[in-house]
Amino acid sequence: MTDVADRPNGRRSLHDTDRHTRRRNAAERRFRLYGIAAIATGLIFLVVLLVSIVWNGIPAFTQTFVTLQVELPEEKLDKSGTRDIAVMKKVSTFGYAPLVDAAIAAALAEHGIDNPFDKAKKLRAIVSASAPAQIRNAVLANPELVGTTQEFRLLATSRVDGYLKGRVTRESIARDKNIDAEHLDIVDALRDAGVVQKTFNWSFIFGSDASESRPESAGIGVSMVGSFFMMLVVLALALPVGVAASIYLEEFSTQNRFTDLVEVNISNLAAVPSIVFGILGLAVFIQFAHLPQSAPIVGGLVLTLMTLPTIIISTRASLKSVPPSIREAALGIGASKMQTVMHHVLPLAMPGILTGTIIGLAQALGETAPLLLIGMVGFIASNPPETFVDGFMAPNSAMPAQIYEWAKRADPAYYERAWGGIIILLLFLLVMNIVAIVLRRRFERRW
Amino acid sequence: MSPLWLLIIILVLAIAGFVLGRARALASVDDHRELHSRPTYYGINVAMLAFVPAALVLGAWMLVQPLVINVMVSGMIPEDSYADAGALSLIMSDVRRVADGLDLAVSAGAMTEAEAGSISTEETDIRARLGEVGVALGSNVEPAVLAAAQRYRHLAKTGRAIMSGVVVLIAGAGFFIAYRQTNGQFRARNRVEAGILWLLIAAATVAVLTTLGIFLSLLFNTIEFFRLYPALDFFTRLEWAPSFSGRGGASALGILPLLWGTFYISLIALLVAVPIGLFSAVYLSEYASATVRAVAKPLLEVLAGIPTIVYGLFALLTVGPLLVSVFGEGGLLGVGWMQGGTAVMTAGLVMGIMLIPFVSSLSDDIINAVPQAMRDGSYGLGATQSETVRKVILPAALPGIVGAILLAASRAIGETMIVVLGAGAAARMSLNPFEAMTTVTAKIVSQLTGDADFASPEALVAFALGMTLFVITLGLNILALYIVRKYREQYE
Repeated sequence: MTDVADRPNGRRSLHDTDRHTRRRNAAERRFRLYGIAAIATGLIFLVVLLVSIVWNGIPAFTQTFVTLQVELPEEKLDKSGTRDIAVMKKVSTFGYAPLVDAAIAAALAEHGIDNPFDKAKKLRAIVSASAPAQIRNAVLANPELVGTTQEFRLLATSRVDGYLKGRVTRESIARDKNIDAEHLDIVDALRDAGVVQKTFNWSFIFGSDASESRPESAGIGVSMVGSFFMMLVVLALALPVGVAASIYLEEFSTQNRFTDLVEVNISNLAAVPSIVFGILGLAVFIQFAHLPQSAPIVGGLVLTLMTLPTIIISTRASLKSVPPSIREAALGIGASKMQTVMHHVLPLAMPGILTGTIIGLAQALGETAPLLLIGMVGFIASNPPETFVDGFMAPNSAMPAQIYEWAKRADPAYYERAWGGIIILLLFLLVMNIVAIVLRRRFERRW
Repeated sequence: MSPLWLLIIILVLAIAGFVLGRARALASVDDHRELHSRPTYYGINVAMLAFVPAALVLGAWMLVQPLVINVMVSGMIPEDSYADAGALSLIMSDVRRVADGLDLAVSAGAMTEAEAGSISTEETDIRARLGEVGVALGSNVEPAVLAAAQRYRHLAKTGRAIMSGVVVLIAGAGFFIAYRQTNGQFRARNRVEAGILWLLIAAATVAVLTTLGIFLSLLFNTIEFFRLYPALDFFTRLEWAPSFSGRGGASALGILPLLWGTFYISLIALLVAVPIGLFSAVYLSEYASATVRAVAKPLLEVLAGIPTIVYGLFALLTVGPLLVSVFGEGGLLGVGWMQGGTAVMTAGLVMGIMLIPFVSSLSDDIINAVPQAMRDGSYGLGATQSETVRKVILPAALPGIVGAILLAASRAIGETMIVVLGAGAAARMSLNPFEAMTTVTAKIVSQLTGDADFASPEALVAFALGMTLFVITLGLNILALYIVRKYREQYE
């Protein structure tokens, strides 16, 4: 392309671009690039976030087990020889701990591995502190086991588990009182012998939370139940109340002070910080109404109030999308206003309402801040509720609160659990959103 | 009779009313076409009158009775045994616990009804007796407390009995009146529909009640806090140092360091979110092909659907350590600005990521609302696309975009989980964004989840903080809505 100055007569072709145009075009390209860069940054953040969740969380789904032949000697466990449960209960878990030590020592001897410790007790650091209790429960459930040698699959400690997963290294345990490098040598040898194995960890998904010192046996199952009961409360309250409020505002209300007040309130509630709902729950449901602390019913009530605006806004949108001709036709053949709404408009708006409800539930499921204030953290959700009523009234945790609880604990083994918990939480949200999208795709009508 | 049984009784009455009312309406005419309404409405009418007034009375009674009994019983506690209203409420909760314990002991069969009403502290160790049935009491039971608990039980029982009678009576009366009214000419549909309409209005009122509940619970506790701690100190003091011993007065509870942390973190979040969100919105609405838009927009919105606890963990465990490895002691840059992973920068950055889709989808809507004619006019004058965006579309959309940014700011100020996990716990006023600071929301959580006594200023301050937060976010939201609404009026 020739420059403007090259033309002798000073006139230039329309196809030539002068300096000014080139600058403008460059600015155009830059601007476009900024846009692409912005979207790319956003997407990179998303990818980094997801990769970091999956990368850190996947190890929580496997767990190291130690398979041991444990001898259950009669003279230690049932001195009387009567197999009377009441008597055998007197032997506490401390009485069972030496059996574990002996079993590990036996396994070492069997596979020809050196035992570097002079005290048998030191071997115990390989298996979880819950191992003696596991054996004791098995023996008390079946006293006939006493006197025999049984195979047990015992949890390894979080240190050993972390070593096999690459989280714990020989350098990182240099100042760790709980485990020594010799233990790791033993673990290496036992792994080669097939005694120490890493398998899929069902108890993480279905199990209960454990105390601070036993990350290896902590699971998210009980808090999942807590979340489930909370969602039941939200569904049972927010859906009917939200739909009723929307019907009134969309179909019956006239423009007046009351309606204005309600409208302003709904749009404000949608933007109130979630922590403020937690304060409301604490002051009204716990301090004033004396509902039990940490109970899913309180959490459910608070989340209901939070979800209501979402449900009302989406329900109103779907009521609005039902064309007036439907209403006019129903009114024309003699239906009352109420019959028109209940028999014709509402059923047609139902798919949209359900979609909005599911999305509101998904929001409520991931909400954490209000749950902190009504006491759903700071304790160990160790027992699943026994009855249906207990499910609502007994203290429990919820999935996001459990994740927060784990993130606060000092042991890095709990961080892995927290990431794993997030994977499960996100899976639930994903499924709910997919259901909502499918519902919308399948039932949405264009008028 | 327990409330649940009462509810079941009036429910049964209502169902019976439905069947009988419908039958009576049908029997009152020769041909069902002579009825004013369809037969079901007559049934619903009887059921409604039997159930609704009774259920309302039941609910109101259960709400009011504990309050009334509380007032009646608290007079029995000798006035010299407590210092202030807070101590009285503690004693009263003891009374309730003892009363509940006695109830439990009677129902478990560990005590007879007469014994529960007559035992005294001299003869029996109440604490041990109640401990047997699983009620743990903090201290030995004072004679006055026991007497109050027994009176409490007596009043509660009498109240319950009266309530049962009244509720059943009202349900029966409603049933009877509606049943008597039922005949072919009665306009049942009109009454039922009026009833349903009231139900709908009641549902719509829940939103107003929620706001009222939030406001009142914040207000009362804030007033209580300002009685214990001077308001002037709270708003002007530059120091935040609550004492953990629960002694009032020893704490320094100034909100300014918390507000500074809140605004600093929100500022960084907005510096991240606004450029990225705005440019994404411009690109998606002005440049992107339909395919790119269909893929990129939902993907960006995934960021908005991720729960904040996930972002909190991401800040604490991924972004924090990453920033330390760059800006920390012996890091990549070797500047040593950052001491630990939790810092203003960590929380601000992650919060910014969270807000990107918020800014982008709001701005997207606003940019799309700018009329096509304005774009066409600009192109017709020879402007390039970017010039059109910068000189025509953005100025036209500016009020809406400002509104969107204000909404994002209000979201950032109220965000809790990210700052609780990512920003640290130390309240300080510093300009270094790599230092740990704390925010209003983080302190609400820590003051209310700690061990502090509920009536102490250390716990009550959380309500004053909540009130401040509520007022600030409400102000921002109203301002944003006002700006957005004003802008919309220009084009529609």
